[in-house]
Amino acid sequence: MSAATTTTSRPAPSRGPLTELLMGGGPVRRGTWILVGLMLLLSIVRIISGEQALTSSSTFATALLLAVPIGLAGLGGLFAERAGVVNIGLEGMMILGTWGAGWAGYQWGWVGAIAGGILFGAAGGLLHAVATVTFGVDHVVSGVAINILAGGIVRFLSELIYVDNEAGGGVTQSPALSSRPPSFSLPVLSDGPDLLGDLADRQWFLVSDVAGLLRGLTSGVGVLTLIAILLVPITYLVLWRTAFGLRLRSCGENPAAADSLGVPVYRMKYIAVLISGGLAGLGGVALVFVANIFKEGQTGGRGFIGLAALIFGNWRPGGLAAGAGLFGFADGLQLRSRTAVVALLLLLAVLLLAVAVLQTVRGRYLQAVLAAGFAALSLVGFLTIDELPEGIVSFTPHLITLLVLSLASQRLRMPKADGLVYRRGEN
Amino acid sequence: MTALRRLGSALLAPAIAVVFAVVITALVILLIGENPSTALQVLVDFGDTPAQQTQAIVVILNRAVPLFLAGLAVSVAFRMGLFNIGVEGQYRMATVLAAGAGAAVALPAPLHILLVIVVAMAVGALWASIVAILKVTRGVSEVISSIMLNFIALGTASWLLTGPLRGSEEGAAIITTEDLPESGQFPGLNGLFDVVGLAQPRGELYGFLLVAIVAGIAISVLLKRTRFGFDLRATGLSPSAATASGIDARGMVLKTMLISGAIAGLIGLPDLMGRTHHFGTEFTAGLGFLGIAVALLGRNSPIGIAFAALLFAFLDRAAVPLQFADIPASVVTIIQGTIVLAVVIANEIARQLTRRRAERDTGQGGPPAAENPPGGPAGTAGSRIDEHQGTGA
Repeated sequence: MSAATTTTSRPAPSRGPLTELLMGGGPVRRGTWILVGLMLLLSIVRIISGEQALTSSSTFATALLLAVPIGLAGLGGLFAERAGVVNIGLEGMMILGTWGAGWAGYQWGWVGAIAGGILFGAAGGLLHAVATVTFGVDHVVSGVAINILAGGIVRFLSELIYVDNEAGGGVTQSPALSSRPPSFSLPVLSDGPDLLGDLADRQWFLVSDVAGLLRGLTSGVGVLTLIAILLVPITYLVLWRTAFGLRLRSCGENPAAADSLGVPVYRMKYIAVLISGGLAGLGGVALVFVANIFKEGQTGGRGFIGLAALIFGNWRPGGLAAGAGLFGFADGLQLRSRTAVVALLLLLAVLLLAVAVLQTVRGRYLQAVLAAGFAALSLVGFLTIDELPEGIVSFTPHLITLLVLSLASQRLRMPKADGLVYRRGEN
Repeated sequence: MTALRRLGSALLAPAIAVVFAVVITALVILLIGENPSTALQVLVDFGDTPAQQTQAIVVILNRAVPLFLAGLAVSVAFRMGLFNIGVEGQYRMATVLAAGAGAAVALPAPLHILLVIVVAMAVGALWASIVAILKVTRGVSEVISSIMLNFIALGTASWLLTGPLRGSEEGAAIITTEDLPESGQFPGLNGLFDVVGLAQPRGELYGFLLVAIVAGIAISVLLKRTRFGFDLRATGLSPSAATASGIDARGMVLKTMLISGAIAGLIGLPDLMGRTHHFGTEFTAGLGFLGIAVALLGRNSPIGIAFAALLFAFLDRAAVPLQFADIPASVVTIIQGTIVLAVVIANEIARQLTRRRAERDTGQGGPPAAENPPGGPAGTAGSRIDEHQGTGA
């Protein structure tokens, strides 16, 4: 998804006035502009702060790697919530997926790991479906219970299978996978002569940043990353361009009406939640592929961040992928360089200043003053802090998730019957 | 009679859930080739000597106190239809800052204890208020924001511990804050054992038990006997009806989260003031999440939560002995998770049964319904409140 937008990101020649160019057109054009603006901002911030890690190709590669589990969990959430089932249990299903991937992976290699992760995640989904669809339990309650249960099951299974296992592993981790998944690079551009890498190292304004982005997205891309990227348009086609998708979404908007038109609501919800669990499990597999091993606590709340990406993306696949990319970038930056995170403060200051100006123009002075105040604070932070301590840096993605949600969550529209328990004949 | 029946139906669901969870766990233990009855024996075996037995009781009670407080914190928000999943972060922040504040000052004993408690409650309430403010001003779902704040709290607490509030030597394996002075430690309750004529245990029974009981009674009175409690429950049952009757829904969200967070701030204090006297990397974790389970099991009533906390503490005590009997300790987590899932399903089944019965009763023509008008509607109204406590949870 992000690769697709970047290749088309050259601004087309305008036919109308400047405002029409900037604000007009569909979501694709607006998205393109946001991307161009962000790249410009990032490269300005890089030049000022001198933090080359901000737009280096390795940062973008890590971002892509870490966006995959978040995006897959988000896609899982999309299926469930479009069918009207809130899935807080994504995190638990992801945990189950990591265990399944570790267990199957050390025996049958990476293909086995993918199958194992999907199956274990889907098993968690089945449990959620039984509780919420068949028994009508509150969706969040069931999800929370599944998250607690998943942690216990995983620890139990590890104690059972990995302790005293000749292949290695222990109470909190599995043996290493027996084979690594293949990865691909774009020939000439990011492999061999590596033209993009050469360009990225020149540290030219904007050009090197774009080259870093492109090289990060095209070199050493894992097979699961490709699958995940392909799943975004596939999800869109399945949910919005097929009869199955229409039926599934009708269960999330108005299940009683769907029922009266002959849609098997319960069955559709079951299918949706099973797919949801499978995708969350696949997200777990992505994490196992990164570490080549299953470790307890590997998910680190990425299932929840996936849910946040779903909300950020307004329950649409494209927006969700953008959200996953953003959170993946924050996560990748946090892992790559602690000093680069400080540069984010400058970025935040610029963005908040823009918000302040916008609010002043609209006459909302309280918001403008608040935004300007926070902008000043983060600017002071950028100028005075050299390096953030480890504890603070660790929650960069979560803080950004929270900030983004609080700045952008009014114009969202969730499926109408999302989270409501549907009992046939009672509504 | 109706009261008895209602009590029976209220107890039925948790009882069925516990039995169901025991059956599942027995199957799991059978599956790994161990004997379920061994596990049962370990669970109820409190030791041979009287001192060992009272010690087991102390361990259970000491574990139940923080679990009860956690359940209470979650339940206050639940009653209003809010999910405070952020209890975990709230109590971590509260405990580390209360430990730091308590170690930094010197005060006479009652004041010192009061200071630690007030700091913890204030920090918990403040941290929870972020969730409330984001919800009422920006429309951010409290579920997502409180989960994100949990991670932020964990990171901040670990930074505070390694940075400004560090009390242990550089290079020590376990990093802790400085110890609370004697005056800031909560006295134990072991005198109680002499009074009732039981053997003295090895450990100390937390004096914080009394604070927990007071908190439970206070919340119970607040919810059942005050205007605020009525507004809170009304908003939980039907937000639209509550708004229509003039309740300020946004203000209620903020107040409820403040109360919930203040109680959450207390969760870490029994361990902090009764046993460890400092916050450290090894401090009890996960109480916030267990609190959600305890609140669900206790159906959001303070008494129910007390029993649920005791049950969870009883199960937790067995973790180490189970290990000795070659049964993985994580069996305990599985039992707990299964109980929660089973109890919410059982609640739902009970709700549908009462609903069906109510429909049958009203559906059987006019005369019987006209014969006992007070019984019928009162019964359904009662069960409706019950059912909402279950599902609203």
